[in-house]
Amino acid sequence: MQSTQHALLLRLAPWFLPLLLLSAWQLAVSSGWLSSRILPAPSAVLQAGWQLLSSGEIWQHLGISTWRAFVGLAIGGGLGLVLGFVSGLSRWGERLLDSSVQMIRNVPHLALIPLVILWFGIDETAKIFLVALGTLFPIYLNTYHGIRNVDAGLVEMSRSYGLSGFSLFWQVILPGALPSILVGLRFALGFMWLTLIVAETISASAGIGYLAMNAREFLQTDVVVLAIVLYALLGKLADVAARLLERTWLRWHPAYQTRRADA
Amino acid sequence: MTAQQPPRLKNGIPLTVRSLSKSFGDLQVLKNLDLQVPAGQFIAVVGRSGCGKSTLLRLLAGLDQASGGELLAGNGTLADNRADTRLMFQDSRLLPWKKVIDNVGLGLGGNWRPQALEALEAVGLADKADKWPATLSGGQKQRVALARALIHKPRLLLLDEPLGALDALTRIEMQQLIESLWQQHGFTVLLVTHDVSEAVAVADRVILIEQGQIGLDLLVDVPRPRAHGSFQLGQLEAQVLNRVLANPANPERPEHLQPLPTQLRWAL
Repeated sequence: MQSTQHALLLRLAPWFLPLLLLSAWQLAVSSGWLSSRILPAPSAVLQAGWQLLSSGEIWQHLGISTWRAFVGLAIGGGLGLVLGFVSGLSRWGERLLDSSVQMIRNVPHLALIPLVILWFGIDETAKIFLVALGTLFPIYLNTYHGIRNVDAGLVEMSRSYGLSGFSLFWQVILPGALPSILVGLRFALGFMWLTLIVAETISASAGIGYLAMNAREFLQTDVVVLAIVLYALLGKLADVAARLLERTWLRWHPAYQTRRADA
Repeated sequence: MTAQQPPRLKNGIPLTVRSLSKSFGDLQVLKNLDLQVPAGQFIAVVGRSGCGKSTLLRLLAGLDQASGGELLAGNGTLADNRADTRLMFQDSRLLPWKKVIDNVGLGLGGNWRPQALEALEAVGLADKADKWPATLSGGQKQRVALARALIHKPRLLLLDEPLGALDALTRIEMQQLIESLWQQHGFTVLLVTHDVSEAVAVADRVILIEQGQIGLDLLVDVPRPRAHGSFQLGQLEAQVLNRVLANPANPERPEHLQPLPTQLRWAL
């Protein structure tokens, strides 16, 4: 009895502080100590969320933002992966590509926004381009690094067992580099949302960023906060998805075998 | 030289090494080494660390290229018999992302699963077929590595201190396992080891490599099964050890063979 109570306490403990902060926030606004023009009450944010949800408007914005994010990731991540493979696997690929990619990597991609607007205008292409640029480098870097750190002994062994070319890549090098590639993916997901937030606040006619900017015009602070919460939730969701991938693709890894040792 | 060669041991490759040399930069590791190994012989190679015994093995396995000399197998060169040669490494080198059975079937096409199960059965690990390598003990990993080598039905099995990292009891079990599989299949075995007592316990013949050449070539004419710690084996062991200790040690030098992890050789 005592131990179950203790276990319950342990599970609830991480929630105490956030709940305390939320109630303090709620109290501060409802007592008038904090103006709702500066920060709306959590209840007001919840209400705004409910309204957008019941009108169905929120799905449209969520959908378009998610679409932009993942199309950008597919293009940028795909390119990063291919470039990482090329410079990780071939001496000439590395000579030709690596120093150039490393140079471009050091340009903050958000600094390109004025140029990107000049090139693509303010439509979807500009946003997708920025997201692709933001996700390319973390994936490139970690793919390249992962391939270079594949255990040379395993490659030697596999060659002596007759593996070469594509079968060597598919059965040895790619799985060996996968942990590192997935780290790159998680970095890329972070950059993806960050880039999208900035890109959407500049110019958009739909999406979560548009929702926030539009609400700012009308001083709807509750919708602004809601948009921030939505971004946070999407970021968390992407992270959970990446962890799930790690758990399926790296289930051979000792680090993922803590409980089900023989799974 | 008359090596023991029971009639059933016809599957092995007869090996001829002719004035083999290997240099790494200025350092000459093997100097005109000559060696004749009859088909099916179990030969152990011992020597101080850095004497060139592992280099000899890597040359035989085709992992490195000789600076000079010839490697012959029967009527052809050893390079033509690459598919009949299998190497077992000191670390098992199992692919951690493949289940045990998929590791055994590495590089095989067609329906290899029944064969892989058979090979696992031969090393006593059929029940581990669907486990990840990370869940196995060191001795079990080496047994999987042995099964992976055996499934190719090698005619020359090269063993690079495969038991070096195992505890004493597991070692003895593995020695007996390797010995019985060798008796069953009749391949030629070349075992590199730093453990002289292991060498005289399992091998037909022990050679000692000193300064890149064969310093001692000893026939172990003791009938099998051999009793551990027998007087005869002890005498042979003392003979080899005395010879090793009579010569001054080489100055320790850094390993030349292992590439740095960051300098992975180009894969494609």
